[in-house]
Amino acid sequence: MLKSTNLTFQYPHGPSFGFPDIACEAAKHLLLLGESGSGKTTLLHLLAGMLRPTGGAVHIAGQDTTALSSKAMDKFRGQHVGIIFQTAHFVQSLTVEDNLILPQFLSGRSVDRAKARDVISRLNLGHKLREKPGNLSIGEQQRVAIARALVNDPDVILADEPTSALDDKNAEEVIRMLEEQASLTRASLIIVTHDQRLKDRFLNRVTL
Amino acid sequence: MNLLKIARRNIASKPLNTFLSLVLLAFGVGIISLLLLLEVSLQEKFDRNIKDIDMVLGAKGSPLQLILANVYHVDAPTGNISRAEAEKVARHPYIEDAIPLAYGDNFRGYRIVGTEHKYHEHYGVELNQGRLFEGTFEATVGAKVAEETGLKIGDTFYSAHGLTDETDVHKNHAFTVVGIYAESGSVIDQLLLTPMSSIWGVHANVEEETGEKPDDEITAMLLKKKNPLAVMMIPKLLEDSNMQIALPSIEINRLTQNFGIGMDTVEAIAILIMALSFISVFISLYNSMRERKYELALMRTMGATRGSLFTLIILEGLVMTISGMLIGLLLSRVGMTVLANVMESEFRYDLGDLGVLASEWQLLGITIFVGVLASLLPALSAVRLDISKTLADG
Repeated sequence: MLKSTNLTFQYPHGPSFGFPDIACEAAKHLLLLGESGSGKTTLLHLLAGMLRPTGGAVHIAGQDTTALSSKAMDKFRGQHVGIIFQTAHFVQSLTVEDNLILPQFLSGRSVDRAKARDVISRLNLGHKLREKPGNLSIGEQQRVAIARALVNDPDVILADEPTSALDDKNAEEVIRMLEEQASLTRASLIIVTHDQRLKDRFLNRVTL
Repeated sequence: MNLLKIARRNIASKPLNTFLSLVLLAFGVGIISLLLLLEVSLQEKFDRNIKDIDMVLGAKGSPLQLILANVYHVDAPTGNISRAEAEKVARHPYIEDAIPLAYGDNFRGYRIVGTEHKYHEHYGVELNQGRLFEGTFEATVGAKVAEETGLKIGDTFYSAHGLTDETDVHKNHAFTVVGIYAESGSVIDQLLLTPMSSIWGVHANVEEETGEKPDDEITAMLLKKKNPLAVMMIPKLLEDSNMQIALPSIEINRLTQNFGIGMDTVEAIAILIMALSFISVFISLYNSMRERKYELALMRTMGATRGSLFTLIILEGLVMTISGMLIGLLLSRVGMTVLANVMESEFRYDLGDLGVLASEWQLLGITIFVGVLASLLPALSAVRLDISKTLADG
């Protein structure tokens, strides 16, 4: 589960933000809505520990992540947080399969190829394992990115505009899969978006 | 999965950049290592053949030529000297030992040298087959000569006048092969040895034509001194004669010094190529780092620390430099083999074998060090990467 309290952030020589407290139980979903410039992405990066807040705290699985060192935060994020971005990016020189075991390796877990194959086949892309990610369609790439975010069984899945680059059909599929997999692994799913197609679907929401 | 694998994949995914860096590295390392090999090989060869020859007595002319002709058998001799006069020098109390050499003929480009058993004994050359030359027109041939010409014990051959071409064959006297020397790496490998009397016998007709008695003359004498003063005293004795002495160590030093200027130029070019190759490694790493900023930030979100990214980029630099270096070392071996073949057929002279030299280990050390240096800046930029900003700009 994820909980934030009194989060504030000030960009050096830039705008400052204060954020409402948010909480999301395991296997629950939460939509973060807001106009552009309202600090949605900033909040997501704060929750992921990619930015350090000026004030306040973020608790993930009982750990106050703002208290971790930069190195410990990297490892903690790798093990407990899965992140999905607006457009999927990969280590282009590696195959889909190797990109999927990358989170296992980088977060210091033992590499489990069977697990990676299992996750990707749940997303109906088992036949693309040997491909380079660049050869996949945008929709397929976003599904691989979801698989990659799931492969370490994270406590929290953070998704930043995961559907904005997709057409209706692919967006539909990606949303369904995100929902399904998050409840399957009992992860808290937090989605930052202004996509109407998502608003129709998730009722828990916080507007910034 | 490990960082090395990711590094290798990243390099392989940029074949053109990688190719350019590898070619430059391989040529830089290859040329330098070829120079090192050549230097050591020549030095070894020079030293092995000088072995305890303190002075060479021969006709006046270029002292370097005298050494090259009589110690290494790669140049024409300076002329003939009187045997009686030479023996007078050999009997000087400051001289311990003397080996006479008389030659002027060849068999298929290999020199036929009239001498005494002392000559091969001096180099510690053993017999491989047959026996040593004793009588006139008996010859014991060097290992290389036997291998190249196919001469066997019992074969007969005619000598040709001069040291290289075979147009003017002395058909009056046939030599008989009585033995073959074992390979020694010394100059004996490339020679056919025979008693002095054979050389005079072949040229007996010269006496009829010119009135000179050939058995009065030899080509040179290799001298070993008993007293260091010999180097000072003997030249004084020769002032009024047509003879001189030359010191192999001094002449070869002079030769390698002259030779060294050319080597230095090639070395400078090689170092330039190396420098270019490191700039190329640097640029290709730096560019690919910038292109992959998002990838690197992404790896951080998956648990990679700043340290892992640093290591990854350094590894990419190292994989590139080490591969380039290995190709370079391979190239230098191929180059050396080609060169040895050319040298052997052109000069009847072979170069030693091709192990990894101590100085090459040094070269490897330096290459790796500079490889790390070239990847340091890209690696540090990876460490300083602002992942939030990079991913937000994505």
